[in-house]
Amino acid sequence: MAQTATSNRTGGIPANRKSRRDWFPVLNAVLLIFISLLCILPLIHIIALSFSSSAAASAGRVRLWPVDFTMASYSFTAGRAAFWKAMLVSVERIGIGTPLNLLMTILVAYPLSKETTAFRMRMVYAWIFFMTMLFNGGLIPWYSTLKEFHLLDTIWGLVLPGAVPVFSVILLLNFFREIPKELEEAALIDGAGHWRTLWTIFVPISKPAIATLALFSMVEHWNSWFDGLLIMGDPTHYPLQSYIQTIVIQQNLSNVSYDDVLNLAQISDRTLKASQIFLGSLPIIAAYPFLQKYFVKGIVLGSVKG
Amino acid sequence: MKIGKWRRELPLHVMILPGLLLILLFSYVPMAGITIAFQKFIPARGLFGNQKWVGWDNFDYVMNLPNFKQVLWNTLYISSLKLILGLIVPIVVAVLLNEVKNQLLKRSVQTAIYLPYFLSWVVLGGILIDILSPSEGIVNALIKSFGLDPIFFLGSNHWFPSTLIVSDIWKNFGYGTIVYLAAITGIDPGLYEAATIDGANRWRKIWHITIPGMRMVIVLLSVLSLGQLLNAGFDQVFNLYSPQVYESGDILDTFVYRIGLLDAQYGVATAVGLFKSIVSLILISGSYFFAYRFAKYRIF
Repeated sequence: MAQTATSNRTGGIPANRKSRRDWFPVLNAVLLIFISLLCILPLIHIIALSFSSSAAASAGRVRLWPVDFTMASYSFTAGRAAFWKAMLVSVERIGIGTPLNLLMTILVAYPLSKETTAFRMRMVYAWIFFMTMLFNGGLIPWYSTLKEFHLLDTIWGLVLPGAVPVFSVILLLNFFREIPKELEEAALIDGAGHWRTLWTIFVPISKPAIATLALFSMVEHWNSWFDGLLIMGDPTHYPLQSYIQTIVIQQNLSNVSYDDVLNLAQISDRTLKASQIFLGSLPIIAAYPFLQKYFVKGIVLGSVKG
Repeated sequence: MKIGKWRRELPLHVMILPGLLLILLFSYVPMAGITIAFQKFIPARGLFGNQKWVGWDNFDYVMNLPNFKQVLWNTLYISSLKLILGLIVPIVVAVLLNEVKNQLLKRSVQTAIYLPYFLSWVVLGGILIDILSPSEGIVNALIKSFGLDPIFFLGSNHWFPSTLIVSDIWKNFGYGTIVYLAAITGIDPGLYEAATIDGANRWRKIWHITIPGMRMVIVLLSVLSLGQLLNAGFDQVFNLYSPQVYESGDILDTFVYRIGLLDAQYGVATAVGLFKSIVSLILISGSYFFAYRFAKYRIF
């Protein structure tokens, strides 16, 4: 006590502040770790379930690590033609959808990024695109439109309606506007037209932004499930998320052939569903390091501007 | 001179043309399709075919449906709680995360909390259905181990709305946290140093520096989220609900889906959809207006 009093007098630091242990950082760390666990443990539990035997799963013995490790659910799924068919539809959807999204985003963002003096119709076009964010016809007119255009049950029905992602257009046009005017003027003096300016100056400079938008688009296409259910009359045309939806949520096991499931003692409904859930999230988890890196950039690019 | 200007602008028109056509076909044609709301719509006759016009009959019919008011109430209740908590939770987590000095911990927490944001509601719905199951789910196993009765989170009208709200926060709070953290990074560190010299403690610094530093982003996100008031989360509800929780969990979008595509009452479903679209139009326009007024937010 005498010691602290002395140091207080000499050092000028209040005694009670120095002697009292600051618990806040510890409590804060514990709380944040707890929150983090809440976000990832459910997924880890499901993964553990998918690699466990049906007996262990139904006895409730699985926590965060597989019990009686088995790949039975996965080898069963891998043997299903329907699974691979659905996977193929998803890959096709991303293969067509993402390049289309990027092309449309670039082609629409460039003219809209011009000043009104350089492109007099700019505001008219901008409002036509922006209106679609304010108002939509709703589910039934949308569905009827696709039917009218004979796009039901085709891959084009999945990629064309969302081909122009207006939100991405806005992000990219704001990015384009940050590009120094001198670059564009220099290109003009060299005799480059708009097309050449776009491809040789704007697109190369915007690579990080375009990469971000590409990731957004791929995640979006991979995760979409409702349009697949709606548009595809034939279940063998479902993309993977729609296929998984029918098994995991609608509990419709006819797609995976229920009789076969029961014949295999190692698999239950529950482990099979768990494996579908994991497979449905696997590409996202695999791409997560990139997603995280570009995602933060994308947010800074978008929401926090101005 | 005038012709020269047109020639100079021509490539810009050409560039925008394909996107414009796609938008006209897939956004504006459906907008014109709201006429279905005033028809006794028969799909075989085509979207702009010879349909029978019925005036406001479909709207009258909806207003007199016994469960319409309930559906509207569910939508407002679920979405407004999602909006409020979806605003507060990320702010709190971002502030707490900003206090962490250990960079490894900080980065690990960030990595963990926005994983659910990227997963679809099919995947997350599948996870929730499994872990919340009253018979074999791990959450109820935990509840039972404390000697309590299992809770039927997805099957009782008492628990269902809260389950929706909490699981929505669970999926999305990581996103908001990152946005707020980005705003905090923009705060001048000199302010904190000055406050420390003035003897301000941690809470005073949070209250007088961190929170005000986030103010613009908070105003912006809350105003913009208001436009989503009638979107209670179709993807989530569709994957989690079942007939026994329609009473507490049926929302406008799921209602439209069922009466429109399952019961084939196209006119009625479009009328509900049109009601929703018009209210949303007012809310979203209003929110952009306020975002512009208060946060100087401009879209283009």
